[in-house]
Amino acid sequence: MSRDTLIWRIAPPILRNAHRPQRIVERNAIVYRRTPMVFISGFFEPLFYLLSFRIGFGALIGDVEFAGMSIEYAKFVAPALMASSAMNGAVYDSTMNIYFKLRYSKTYDAMLASPLGAPDVAIGEILWAMLRGFIYSLSFLACLVVLGLAGSWWILAALPACLLIGLAFAAVGMALTTYMRSWADFDWVQTIMLPLFLFSATFYPLSAYGDFGWIVQLSPLYHGAALVRGASLGVATWGMLVHVLVLIVLAVVGLTVATRRIETLLLK
Amino acid sequence: MSDSPVILAHSLVKRFGSFEAVKGIDLEVSPGESFGFLGPNGAGKSSTMRMIAGVSPVTEGVLRIFGLDPAVAGSAIRNRLGVVPQADNLDGELTPLDNLVIYGRYFDIPRSECVERARELLEFVQLTDRSGGRVDALSGGMKRRLTIARGLMNRPEMLLLDEPTTGLDPQARHILWDRLYRLKQQGVTLVLTTHYMDEAEQLCDRLVVMDAGRIVAEGSPRDLITNYSTREVLELRFSAGQNAQHEAQLTGLGERLEVLADRVLVYTEDGESALREVHTRGMRPESSLVRRSSLEDVFLRLTGRSLAE
Ligand SMILES: Nc1ncnc2c1ncn2[C@@H]1O[C@H](COP(=O)(O)OP(=O)(O)OP(=O)(O)O)[C@@H](O)[C@H]1O
Ligand SMILES: [Mg+2]
Repeated sequence: MSRDTLIWRIAPPILRNAHRPQRIVERNAIVYRRTPMVFISGFFEPLFYLLSFRIGFGALIGDVEFAGMSIEYAKFVAPALMASSAMNGAVYDSTMNIYFKLRYSKTYDAMLASPLGAPDVAIGEILWAMLRGFIYSLSFLACLVVLGLAGSWWILAALPACLLIGLAFAAVGMALTTYMRSWADFDWVQTIMLPLFLFSATFYPLSAYGDFGWIVQLSPLYHGAALVRGASLGVATWGMLVHVLVLIVLAVVGLTVATRRIETLLLK
Repeated sequence: MSDSPVILAHSLVKRFGSFEAVKGIDLEVSPGESFGFLGPNGAGKSSTMRMIAGVSPVTEGVLRIFGLDPAVAGSAIRNRLGVVPQADNLDGELTPLDNLVIYGRYFDIPRSECVERARELLEFVQLTDRSGGRVDALSGGMKRRLTIARGLMNRPEMLLLDEPTTGLDPQARHILWDRLYRLKQQGVTLVLTTHYMDEAEQLCDRLVVMDAGRIVAEGSPRDLITNYSTREVLELRFSAGQNAQHEAQLTGLGERLEVLADRVLVYTEDGESALREVHTRGMRPESSLVRRSSLEDVFLRLTGRSLAE
C-alpha cells in the first residue's frame, strides 16, 4: 500500500511505524511447523460443549427465538461456541507464549536489534495469535458441518467475524500480558475467561438476562458471539456495526498499549 | 560514502532513573576505523553500545549514527548494523540454522540468500554439524559463536561487538580476530568492548578508556602506553600477604608503584636496574619479572583497578 493514500494517513501511528511485522509471523510459523499439536489442543473445549448440547440439552430445551426466527437450540449455541473458540486460540497464544518470550527467552531483544521495532513485534504477535484463533474456528466449523449444525452457507460469513474476534482478544491479551509479573498472574486469565464464556449471551439470548443485560454487553465476547450468530443465520442489523466497532476499538487499544509496553520494558 | 563520521556523540548521557550510567561523553568514529571501549565493570560501555545500536534511547546529548538520529531513524540505522550483544539472546525455539535464516529475514533478505549466508557462516564458526540441533544444547562458547555469526548475516557496514570473545577458547578467538581483520580490510567499521588487552591491542586502531560513565583517556594502543605508562615494568611477588609490607621499602623506586593483591608493580624505564636496587635494599622477592609495558598497565593506572578483579 502506498504510504500517502488517505487510509494510510488516518491509520493509527503504530501501523505507520511498523516495517515488516509479517517476519514475526514467519518466525512463529517456523517454530510451529515442528510442533503442530498445539493447534489441536485448544478447540476441544467448545467442541465438547457442542456435543453435550446436541445430545442432551437440545432435546430438553427445544427451539429458541432469535431475531424473529425460531431456531433449534444447538444451532443457537453453535455460533457462540465458534466465537469462543476464536477467543480461546487468540488468548492462549497471546498470554503464556508472549509472557515467556518477553520475560525469559529474550527473543524480542534480538528482534529489536534488527530493523524491526516494537510495533512490528506487537503487530506480528497479535496477527499470529489471531491466526491461531482462526485455525481453531476453522476446525470448529468442520465439526459443525460433520454434526449437521452448520445450517446454511451463511456460516462462511461468520469466518471474518472470527478473525475480528481473534484480533481483538489477541491485542487485549498481549497488552495485559505485558503487565503480568509472574506465572501466578495467569490465574486471572482463567478467572476472566470463564465468565466471559458463560455470560456472553452464549447459552441464552440477551433478553434472558433481564435487567442485567447491560453487564453482558460489556463483555467483548458478547459482541463477537452476536456477530458470528447474526452472520451465520444470515441476519444483518445496524447493531452488528456496533459489535464490529467495539472489537476494532479493543484491537487498536490493545495494540497501542502492547507496543508502548514493549518499548518501556525492552528499549531502556 | 563520504568520510563523515559513522558515530558522532556529543555530551551523550544515559540515565536509568536517577542513576547516571553514561555521564556526557564525546565520540567520533570514522568509516573503516576499528574502535574499542575499555573499562572496568559498570563503566558504561554496554550502555553506550546499546545507544549506538539504537535499542536504548539517548537521555541527553547528541548521537548520530551514519549521520542519522537513532530516535527517528532507528530502523534505517539498525538495517546497516551488525550487533553482538554482551548477553547472548539466541532464539531458543529455533535451530541454529533457523536462528540465522530468520534473522536475515528480519532484514528482508530473500530466503534463499539467507540460507546460503547462514550455511557459510555456520561453517565459519564451525557449527555446521550442530546446525539442525537445539540451541539450548550448545556450549556457552558455541552460543557465543552463533551470536557472532548472526551479527554478520546482513553484511553490516558497522559491526558492534560487546565483549565478543568472552567465553571463547583461544582457537575460536583467533579465528574470529582473523575474520574481523578481513572485514576491516573490506572497509567495515568495527566497534568493540573487551576486557582482554591483547584483543584491544590486536584489533583496535583507537581506544577509549571509560570509568564510572566518563572517558578518561583516548588514543591508539601505542599512544596510550607511551602517555600513561613507562617503558618497562618490574613485577615482584613476595610471600603471601607481604606485598603491602614492602611498600615502604620500595618507595622511590621507578616512577610509580602499584601494590596489587598478588604482586607489586614497579613502573620504570629500566626494569633490570630497578631489580638490582631491590636486592641492594635487602628485599628477597619470591619471584620477579621484567616486561614491557602493556595496555593492562594503562588500564590499571587510569581506573585504579586490576583486571584480575
Ligand atoms: N537497565 C538498567 N537499569 C538500571 N541500571 C542499569 C541498567 N543497565 C545498566 N545499568 C547500570 O549502568 C551502569 C553501567 O552498566 P554497563 O552495562 O553499561 O557497564 P559495562 O561497562 O558494560 O560493564 P561490564 O564490563 O560489566 O559489561 C552499571 O552501574 C549498571 O548497573
Ligand atoms: Mg558490558
